[in-house]
Amino acid sequence: MSNLFTYTIRIADSALILGQRMAEWCSNGPTLEEDIALSNISLDLFGQANGFYEYAAQINGEKSADELAFTRNEREFFNYQLVEQTNGNFGKTIVRNFLYDSFIFLFYTELANSSDERISALAAKSIKEVKYHLRHSKNWLIRLGDGTDESNKKVQDALEELWQYTGELFEMDTIDTELMKKNIAIDVSKLRPKWNEMIDSTLKTAKLNRPEDGYMASGGKKGIHTECLGFLLAEMQFLQRAYPNAKW
Amino acid sequence: MQNGNIKHIWQLLNTIPDPEIPVISIVELGVVRDVNLKDNLYTISITPTYSGCPAVTAFTNDIKKCLKENGFRNFKIKLVYAPAWTTDWMSKETKEKLNNYGIAPPSKIVICPQCNSKNTTLISEFGATACKAFYKCSDCLEPFEAFKCI
Repeated sequence: MSNLFTYTIRIADSALILGQRMAEWCSNGPTLEEDIALSNISLDLFGQANGFYEYAAQINGEKSADELAFTRNEREFFNYQLVEQTNGNFGKTIVRNFLYDSFIFLFYTELANSSDERISALAAKSIKEVKYHLRHSKNWLIRLGDGTDESNKKVQDALEELWQYTGELFEMDTIDTELMKKNIAIDVSKLRPKWNEMIDSTLKTAKLNRPEDGYMASGGKKGIHTECLGFLLAEMQFLQRAYPNAKW
Repeated sequence: MQNGNIKHIWQLLNTIPDPEIPVISIVELGVVRDVNLKDNLYTISITPTYSGCPAVTAFTNDIKKCLKENGFRNFKIKLVYAPAWTTDWMSKETKEKLNNYGIAPPSKIVICPQCNSKNTTLISEFGATACKAFYKCSDCLEPFEAFKCI
C-alpha cells in the first residue's frame, strides 16, 4: 500500500464510520427535526467518505470505493477510535461529534492547501459542510451543558468518558511525515493549540469542565480499534458479506 | 456545426429539472460546469452540490437519458471537484424561481417567501433535503424552507 493510499483511506474511514453511527439515529432522534438533522449529517459524511474512497480506488486499483467500505475487516480500517464510539444517549453523541467536528474543521482547513489537487479539492468541499455540522454539535453542547442539572451531568459524564480518545487526533506517524515532505499531508500536531481554544471557550460557555489529560487511547490509524468497531462493521457490511456484489 | 452542437447540449441540459426542486434546471443550479468537444467526444463536467446529496446520481442518469434521446452517443460525464460548488453561482432569476416556489433562496438574510418579512427564525439547519434548512416567519407565522448558503 502506498502512503498516499493509506493517508486517503484514513480520512475516508473516519467519515464513513461516523456517518454509520449517525445513520443509527435515523428514526430514533429525540425530535423530528433532530432526527432529520442527524440523518442529514450522516449523508454528508457518506458523501465525503465516498469522495476520498473513489480517489483511493484510483490510486490503488485493487478495490473499488464500495469494496473498500464493505469488504475490509476491522484491522484494515484506519479511522480514529473516537468516531467508532457508540452513540449512547443524545448528549454523548453530541459530545463525540463536537470533539471530532472541531478537530476535522481545522484539519480540512489546513488540508485544503495540500499540494495534491484531488485531496485539496475534497477538503475544500468538506469544510463547507463541516462548518454547519460543527455549529450543530456546538450549539447543542451549550444547550445541554447550560441546561438542567441532569443534561449537564450527562454531557459532563460523556466528556470524561470520551476524552481519552482525543489524544490520537494529534498523533503523527511516518506516513504523515513522509507525505508532509511533499506538502500533501499536514502536521496535525500543530492543530492542537487552536483546537484547545475552540474546546475551552465552548466548554466555558456550556458550563462544563475540561477533563484532565490522563490515559490516552491510540492506534486507530494503524488499525487497532475498540470493541465498538466490530459490531458496527457487522451491521454495516452484512448485506455485501452475505450476498456478495448484491446491487439495488 | 460542432460549436452549434455544444450550444444545443447546453440547451438540452437546461431542460433537465433538479430532481428535488423541479422548478430549476441543473444548469441553473450550477451543477453543469462545462461542455466541450475533443476527438469527437463530448465531455460534460458536473460538480456535486452537497457531498451527501443523493441527487447527484439522478443528475448523471438524467443527463445520459436526455442526450441519448436527442441522438448523442459519443459523450461522457466527468465529475469535477474544484472549485467546490457554491450557491453564489445561482443567478438572480434562479433565486426568484426558488422564491416563487416557496423556498427562500440562499442569502445572508433569510426572507419569508410568503410575506417577504425579514423577521424570520431558524428552526433547524437541516431540512427535507441536504440543500435546505428549516425556518419560521415570525410575522406571518408560516414555516418554510430556505436554501442553505454554502
